Amino acid sequence: MWIRMSEETKKIKLKVYRTNYNKEESPHYDEFDVSVKRWTTVLDALLDAKSYSDSSLGIRYSCRMASCGSCGMKINGRPRLACYTKISELNDQTIVCDPLPNFPRIRDLVTDFTEFFAHHKKIEPYIQNERVPIDVVKNDDLVEFKQTPEDVDKYLQFSYCIKCGLCYSACPTVATDTKFPGPQALSQAYRYTADNRDTGEPSRFNIIDERHGIWRCHFAGSCSSVCPKGVDPALGIQLLKGHLIGITKNDKKIATLRSKEE
Amino acid sequence: MGIKPNSENNSSTGGDIRIKSGREGLMGWLNPTRYGWERVSYWLQRLTGVGLLIYFIGHIYETSSLVNGINAWNSMLELTQTTGGHIFLLLVIGASTFHTVNGLRLIFTESGIGIGRPGRPDYPYDATSLNYKQKSGIWVALLLATIAMLYGGMVMFGDVN
Ligand code: HEM
Ligand code: SF4
Ligand code: FES
Repeated sequence: MWIRMSEETKKIKLKVYRTNYNKEESPHYDEFDVSVKRWTTVLDALLDAKSYSDSSLGIRYSCRMASCGSCGMKINGRPRLACYTKISELNDQTIVCDPLPNFPRIRDLVTDFTEFFAHHKKIEPYIQNERVPIDVVKNDDLVEFKQTPEDVDKYLQFSYCIKCGLCYSACPTVATDTKFPGPQALSQAYRYTADNRDTGEPSRFNIIDERHGIWRCHFAGSCSSVCPKGVDPALGIQLLKGHLIGITKNDKKIATLRSKEE
Repeated sequence: MGIKPNSENNSSTGGDIRIKSGREGLMGWLNPTRYGWERVSYWLQRLTGVGLLIYFIGHIYETSSLVNGINAWNSMLELTQTTGGHIFLLLVIGASTFHTVNGLRLIFTESGIGIGRPGRPDYPYDATSLNYKQKSGIWVALLLATIAMLYGGMVMFGDVN
C-alpha cells in the first residue's frame, strides 16, 4: 500500500530582523513571502529568501542537522535552532526571526559568541587527573582509563552539548548579569564533576562558587526547556548545588589507568 | 558594544566591525510566560519575596507605633479595617502562602532532590528536571495560596465576624 505524503505547498510570511551598525542602518524587519512544504525548516525558508529575494540577508549556519550549533535564533518568541524547527510545527502564517537574545549583535541574525565561549573555557572543560603519573604524561604513553557504561551514563547527556547558546539566551539571570557563567558553562562544570576520569572538582568548585557564580541560578528552568539536545542544563546545575552544600554526595570512584599491554 | 578583540579566539569580530549588546535586561525578566511553569515560579518567588520584605519592614513600623501609646496603636490598626487595607492583607496572605510552599519545593529542587537523574537522552529530549513531580509543587502552592486568600476574604469581607 502507498503511504501518501502531503506535498501541499503553503505560502507563509517570513519576518526577519535586519540591522547593519556599520551602515548606520536602524533595526527593522524585512518581509519575505516563501512557499513551504510540511517538512520545510526555518533555515530552508531563510535560505530561500536569501537565494531568491535578498542575497544580503545575514545568517550563520553550517551542518543543517542540529549538530554544529551555529544557527540559533529567536523564532516566534523562543530561542530555537533554525535548522531543527519546521515551519509546520509553529502553526503560524507569520514566522518572525530575531537574533538570539543576550548575545551581542553583529548583523541581521548573526550574533557574537566570544563572551559565551569565554565562560565555557573558564570552567576548565577538559579532563584533569592528578593521578596520572608524570612519566606517562611526559612520554605520551598509550594508556586509557577504565570506565564502565554505567560510569559513562552519569555524564553522557551533558557531553551532547553543541554550544548553540539557546540556553544562554533563555536564562533570566544571563539577561541582567554579564559575569554569570550561564547554564551552558555551569552544566559543563557538572559534566566533568560527574566524570570519574576527572579529579578537577576542587579547582572547578572554586571557579563557580563565587559572587556571580552558580548561586545566581534560581532554577527558572528556561535553559532546559529550550535545549535542543536533551542536555538539561538545569539538572546539572541543581545537582552541582547539592554537591556544593553537601546535601548530595558525589560518590564516584576515580577510574584507574590501563596501559596498552594490559 | 564592549566586546574586546581577542586574537586567541576565532569567533572574535575584532577590528572595526561594530556590534550592539543584545542583552534582554529587565525587559526579559518582566514576561515570565514564555518558558513554562518553572519560569513562572521563579518570577512569583521573587515578586512575593520582595513583596513580603517590604511588608515586613512596614509591619515593624506599624507595630512599633505601640511605644507611642495605645491610641497611636489603635489608629494604626484602623488602617487595616478599611477596604483597601483588607485587599492589601489578602495579597499578603496569598504571597506568604505561595512563597512558603513554593520555597519548600525550591529548597529540595535546588539541592538536587526530586529533579531526576542523568540518563541517555532520547528524542524528543524532554528534560528530566522539568518533571511533573516537582512542577506539581508550583500548582499546589498556587492552589493553597488561592484557598488561603478565599478563606481570608470570607473572614474579612463576609458577614460572619
Ligand atoms: C518559611 C517561610 C519561607 C520559606 C520556606 C522561604 C523560602 C525561600 C527560598 C527557598 C528562597 C530562594 C528562592 C530562589 O532560589 O530563587 C527565598 C527567597 C526569598 N525570600 Fe523567602 N522564604 C520564606 C519566608 C520569607 C519571608 C517572611 C520573607 C520576607 C520577609 C522572604 C523574603 C524572600 C526574598 C526577598 C527572597 C529573594 C527572592 C529572589 O531572589 O528571587 N521569605 N525564600
Ligand atoms: S546546553 Fe543545550 S541549549 Fe545550551 S548550548 Fe548546550 S546544546 Fe545548546
Ligand atoms: S545549522 Fe548546524 S545546528 Fe543548525
